[in-house]
Amino acid sequence: MAISRKLKDDLIKYFFMLMAMVSIIALGLIMVYLFLEGLPLFKDVSVIDFIFGSFWYPTSKPAEFGIFPLIVASVAVTVCSSLIAIPLGVMTAVYLAEIATPRARGIFKPLVELLAALPSVVIGFFGMVVVAPFLQDTFDLATGLNLFNASLMLAFMSVPTICSVSEDAIYAVPRDLKEASLALGATHWETIRRVVVPASLSGVSTAVILGMSRAIGETMVVLMVAGGAAMSPTSIFSPIRPMPSSIAAEMAEAPFRSDHYHALFAIGIVLFLFTLVFNIIAQHVAEKHKQVGAATL
Amino acid sequence: MRIDEKLIKRRKGAQTVMWNVFRGASLVNAAALGVICIFLFYNGLPAISWEFLTQPPRDSMTAGGILPCIIGTIILSVGSMAVAFPLGVCAAIYLNEYAKAGKLVRIIRLGIANLAGVPSVVFGLFGLAFFVTFFGLGVSIISGILTLTILVLPVIIGTAEEALKSVPNTYREASLGLGATKWQTIKLVVLPAALPGMLTGAILGLSRAAGETAAIMFTASVFYAPKLPTSIFSDVMALPYHIYVLATAGTEIEKTRPLQYGTALVLIALVLGMNLIAIVLRAKLQKKR
Repeated sequence: MAISRKLKDDLIKYFFMLMAMVSIIALGLIMVYLFLEGLPLFKDVSVIDFIFGSFWYPTSKPAEFGIFPLIVASVAVTVCSSLIAIPLGVMTAVYLAEIATPRARGIFKPLVELLAALPSVVIGFFGMVVVAPFLQDTFDLATGLNLFNASLMLAFMSVPTICSVSEDAIYAVPRDLKEASLALGATHWETIRRVVVPASLSGVSTAVILGMSRAIGETMVVLMVAGGAAMSPTSIFSPIRPMPSSIAAEMAEAPFRSDHYHALFAIGIVLFLFTLVFNIIAQHVAEKHKQVGAATL
Repeated sequence: MRIDEKLIKRRKGAQTVMWNVFRGASLVNAAALGVICIFLFYNGLPAISWEFLTQPPRDSMTAGGILPCIIGTIILSVGSMAVAFPLGVCAAIYLNEYAKAGKLVRIIRLGIANLAGVPSVVFGLFGLAFFVTFFGLGVSIISGILTLTILVLPVIIGTAEEALKSVPNTYREASLGLGATKWQTIKLVVLPAALPGMLTGAILGLSRAAGETAAIMFTASVFYAPKLPTSIFSDVMALPYHIYVLATAGTEIEKTRPLQYGTALVLIALVLGMNLIAIVLRAKLQKKR
């Protein structure tokens, strides 16, 4: 009786373990299948030409598969959106964690969560029908669908990520550190600037990296508002075509298992590796500089 | 002495200025959300009618309603949750109740965190290569559901684990002390206590799946389906993809504007509604503790 009970318990444990492994298995399968469908391209095109080639003409004959302008576009849109999203997200986090009254916090925190919940296609739609015509008229541009518009829309998609992760980090700053600073006569703001923010810097960095990773992989927004020109941007108002939008826009017309089809999967590999590196760095920073107490400072 | 007072005044002044800057940053976020919602309500509301919600599209999608899209989105999101919720809860039970800190757990957590960071279009590519092509499921509801399942899994695991963590250890000890096995303890004591918190995660996952576009555009959704889906191997129309297609690829983009606004309004009402329910539910749970 006792043995069978133990056996049953062990079996149940292994069942749960198996379920927990589904995530890693899925991640592994994603990698395997991206490579299976992407690598055949490199029979015809060298890796160097693919990554550093500056012409993306997948449907002309002979076709050119150079994704350098796409990579530049993705990096440009990520950097520009971060310039907006980082200050906005971190300041909101400081406000929520340090300054807001419980009542204000009870209002603003759900609002940030709702902002995170807005479907990307809706944000893209808003960028198309409102922001684009506005930019076109205000700055007298050929098109309002461009790098700036995409960056602005993406910024509001990464703000919630940056904000909520930073907020947790700011909360984790030990109370005695803050009290020590206040007791020495520093104002609350001086305490935030010189004690709280430096002490939570690793958490805030994690937040920023996760936010950037979100921005570089975001698809619908750049597909709808970035303009779609596969050229390296020359100004903040250039139409661009970041990697995700190329995949999403062209997959439907690429013939099954043609070079174009394989090339789109190869872009997927590049995109996947970008976000994987971002995430691993973020986890590394979070792990290495984990705030366990005042002693680690 | 006067100088000191001046200094204090300046330092206090700096604080007031910064407080307003920080408050301003939060207001910008709230304003962004507000502007988008108000804009869609204002423009979308006139398009909403009984016919819009209960009729299929007509005249090559320039008139009629969005019933097939609503049904498609509900099938895809509920279906993916039906798979992802049990899976995610089991994974969370392992991580929180059974696993001892060690290499395996670290690898599993790393996998979950990285899965959460994979771009949605990459999930779409994977679904296309694995479910649609390798398993030969075609562009179908089942391919879409399975792709979305992997996409929402990290959300479910995360919230389920939070819910399990919030169950006090005394509950477990009391049950074990009475002679119950670990599994009996989990089944009869821990899970019932954690279930409301897990439901919050299920609702969040539901809304995430409902709003997702890039992951279903190669795996499940189509531009136009002449009839409602008949089996899990049919392709479907879905709200997010419908908005995208009407706004970018339709022949008469300007003419279908009201339809686009209406569809967008239905989608955000659905998604934000579910999120509000989750937020209220969570607030209630926290109050109870």
